[in-house]
Amino acid sequence: MTVHNLYIFDRNGTCLHYSEWSVHKSFHFSQEFKLMYGMLFSIRSFVSKMSPIDMKDGFLSFQTSRYKLHYYETPTGVKIIMNTDLGVPSCRDILHQIYSTSPLKVTVKNPLCSMSETLQSELFSSRLDTFIRTLPFFSVRAG
Amino acid sequence: MAIFSVYVVNKAGGLIYQYDNYVPRAEAEKTFSYPLDLVLKTHDERVIVSFGQRDGIRVGHAVLSVNGVDVNGRYTADGKEIIEYLKDPSSYPVSIRFGKPRLSSNEKLMLASMFHSLFAIGSQLSPEVGSSGIEMLETDTFKLHCFQTLTGIKFIVLADPRQSGIDALLRKIYEIYSDYALKNPFYSLEMPIRCELFDQNLKSALEVAEKTGTFGPGS
Repeated sequence: MTVHNLYIFDRNGTCLHYSEWSVHKSFHFSQEFKLMYGMLFSIRSFVSKMSPIDMKDGFLSFQTSRYKLHYYETPTGVKIIMNTDLGVPSCRDILHQIYSTSPLKVTVKNPLCSMSETLQSELFSSRLDTFIRTLPFFSVRAG
Repeated sequence: MAIFSVYVVNKAGGLIYQYDNYVPRAEAEKTFSYPLDLVLKTHDERVIVSFGQRDGIRVGHAVLSVNGVDVNGRYTADGKEIIEYLKDPSSYPVSIRFGKPRLSSNEKLMLASMFHSLFAIGSQLSPEVGSSGIEMLETDTFKLHCFQTLTGIKFIVLADPRQSGIDALLRKIYEIYSDYALKNPFYSLEMPIRCELFDQNLKSALEVAEKTGTFGPGS
């Protein structure tokens, strides 16, 4: 089991943070963040129309044959997206922890960090990296 | 445990079959006095609640009937605009029925092609090479399962999150499609499926899936 990468978007679609641990793809799109945000935005509207009953949390995750995308959105519109492999169970509480307790807190409480552009804080990056590396299902596969 | 609906999408993203198996009704009727304690707005030719939740009425619910008479889009049955009608204190007390708006057939077509592109983007954004598109999409109220055949047709089933045996059901629907739609001499490829046998067999497959959750070999 492994964690591939993690995106944090604000409510306007700006990518606040991106980090990756094990990504095995041949190339990156130049506008990958926009594509990702656009897809999530469409999924949110798709899901709210498709749902036969009223939703509380809305979209939680999707999976393909190779990976699973976990999604968490706060009431203020911050979106945290984590891609893992298929064996990982629901990560809602972990994504919530990234937002509430450990890593993101250091940036919100830092008056020098603007919350509407890419986060430059080194403390945040290193805390997030440590946090992800201590997750029970984190292990980078060889190769 | 329930299976909500089935969609079949052709390889160009067109919806060629749709069936609603079970639609839970969440409707609330209430008598209001002036002024209305909900904020209503017009959206997509419907009057929906934009703010305020009470007694089973939720944000996003549409006005279905006023004083027991079904509305016609954003107009009442006798042709007045609902929003204007509700602004007039002399129309109170008024009884309004709210409910989750049903999808029109146009919206279903749109959603099917929307999923078609989401499916493609899902595979492009994969952190691993060689990924398929979205196979399962999970929300707190339903799970969407998608099976794409080698020929590019997508079978999509919306079901309760706890419903089991959907993978087998999707393959069963593919089997029914190849047996009753493709072998029908009046069916032209990539066009909407209007075959009675396909309907019947699909319905019974859904019943079996809901009851047992699985298909045994040769069922």
